[in-house]
Amino acid sequence: MVDELLFFMEVLVGGLLAGTMYSLVALGFVLIFKASATFNFSQGAMVFFSVLAFCGFMQDFNIPFVLAFILAAFLMVVVGLCTERFVLRPLMNASEDTVLMATIGLGYVLEGLAQAAWGVEVRRLDLGIGDFPVPWIADNLKLFISALDITAGLVAAVMIIGLFLLFKYTKIGLGLRAVADDAGAASSIGIPLKHIMLLVWSAAGVVALVAGCMWGARAGVQFALVDLALKALPVLIIGGFSSIPGAIIGGLIIGAVEKVLEVYIGPFFGGAIEGWAPYVLAIFFLLYRPEGLFGEKIIRRV
Amino acid sequence: MKPVFMTYTKKDLINLAVCMVLSVLVIPTFITTEYWYTSILIPWLCLALATIGQQIVMGYTGQLALGAAGFMAAGAFAMFNLILRVPDLGFVGSLIVSGLIAAGFGILFGLPSLKVRGIYLMVATLASQFFIIWMIDKFGWFKNYDSSGIITAQDIVILGKPFTTPLAMYFVCLAVTTVLTLLAMNMARGSTGRNWMAVRDMDIAAESMGVSLLRTKVQAFAISAFYCGVAGALFAFCYLKSLEPVAFDIKLSFKILFMCILGGLGTINGAFIGAAFILLFPVLLNAIGNNVFHGAIDATIISSIEQVIFGGLMIIFMIYEPLGMAKLWENIKQKWKTKIPSSTNIKSSLSKKT
Repeated sequence: MVDELLFFMEVLVGGLLAGTMYSLVALGFVLIFKASATFNFSQGAMVFFSVLAFCGFMQDFNIPFVLAFILAAFLMVVVGLCTERFVLRPLMNASEDTVLMATIGLGYVLEGLAQAAWGVEVRRLDLGIGDFPVPWIADNLKLFISALDITAGLVAAVMIIGLFLLFKYTKIGLGLRAVADDAGAASSIGIPLKHIMLLVWSAAGVVALVAGCMWGARAGVQFALVDLALKALPVLIIGGFSSIPGAIIGGLIIGAVEKVLEVYIGPFFGGAIEGWAPYVLAIFFLLYRPEGLFGEKIIRRV
Repeated sequence: MKPVFMTYTKKDLINLAVCMVLSVLVIPTFITTEYWYTSILIPWLCLALATIGQQIVMGYTGQLALGAAGFMAAGAFAMFNLILRVPDLGFVGSLIVSGLIAAGFGILFGLPSLKVRGIYLMVATLASQFFIIWMIDKFGWFKNYDSSGIITAQDIVILGKPFTTPLAMYFVCLAVTTVLTLLAMNMARGSTGRNWMAVRDMDIAAESMGVSLLRTKVQAFAISAFYCGVAGALFAFCYLKSLEPVAFDIKLSFKILFMCILGGLGTINGAFIGAAFILLFPVLLNAIGNNVFHGAIDATIISSIEQVIFGGLMIIFMIYEPLGMAKLWENIKQKWKTKIPSSTNIKSSLSKKT
């Protein structure tokens, strides 16, 4: 009985920590949605693009780790700049769905550019943190938890707190919230829309880079990262599109439920139900709480 | 213009006749290389059919769906099992029933559309994509317990006659596509289509005017999935000639979405234009790579460039012409007409003045 409970705990904790990895990707979506009410479908491609660039700088040009990270982050700022100038500004007054489709196109552009510049083969990314159980926890608590999972959890926590403080207590954060509420009104009282957009997209790019590093260290830097990022969508639905804590809670729920279902129910169906379980969970959430756990209720008028 | 036959104008009938003559007489006489049939015309017709399915749900009803390939897989594997287990049904019967089975899935996964829209619905339809592929992959029955993973599709036999040459398969695809395209055009023009468009333009307004949202949306999803299912069956039996779940992955869904959007949302001819463009452009790019640069550019780079161009075009179209290539074509025609007014136009403008 104790062993079973321990095993369950292990599955649960592993799932929760894996969930923080989803949260990291979802965070990028939330940032952009919060500030511009546009859904950035290219976030997954941005994860792939940024981490591949990071690997490329490190492995092809032998640039040291920290400098490569800064360069990759700078590259994401450039991407943000170009996106604002060439995609968002011309689509300022377009409908939500139109912008969404344009970001799907943007995702394709980024994926293609990344592969054209750095090749299609899977790259290994070594962060110096092993993806194996931490001996200290294994000895004392008898739980096998990967060091990478714990790092991802810590990184996610730091980023969440940082972003939360930024949104809540700084002037920039106030500006971001104003733009999200009504872009027209915000710009008419002198909030620089251009700078806000640039800032948000750059921040989302850096978040994507961090998420990409975590995922890349676990699964290798490859095209499949784009599909993994799709799993951030159910996370957003559960947490709500405009809530930073929601992204975290949603990620934790998806991570935990997915792992527990896979371990306890999966064997009856031949396994691999992780592939669709998060989406079905999201459908159930949609039926009962379409705005997510922390989202704002959307009221539409004729 | 006055309708000549039923509610069709003279122009519609001429268009239809031209298309039929082109596809039935001109293409088979002038194109003799098998490559054109097996790698371009057959997949073009199949994917155009699937794109019409996507058009119905996305272009006409305005529901952002991203699961076309899942329904195609459902149709393809239903077809395989029907021919295997119920041979009495015949090819055409199996095709219709497999379309209906796909439609069943369409209804099931279309239900969330009653509650949510936009990106939320997209996530719900993604569930269908992943679930259907997983189900086919994990339950051996669907694949007749074949362990290799790739099953050879049965030969097409209609009324005892085998249709196995590329030309014969082309005619099978052509016949199915023609019938279903005409049906789709009729639906789009009739009250069904008007309901769809009312829901697309403003669902709350449509509901308050007495259009049943439940009926309209579920109907659109069912019909869309039917088209995708039939297209998937044709795609597997005429083009791939094998069945494997991997062929219907999320990438194909995105491809069909691109065909739909670049071709022109809410148009039937846009489906054909978009499918042709997405299918032919890589061929053209490869030809340029081989002939101009003599293979100096790696194939993976060419496919990356192709991706960049598709994505870029998507952005450009969203900015300058959200209605896609079909609208572009319409604009060109309009410009041509205003430059050189034809005799009928002059006559009609004269009669208006008097």
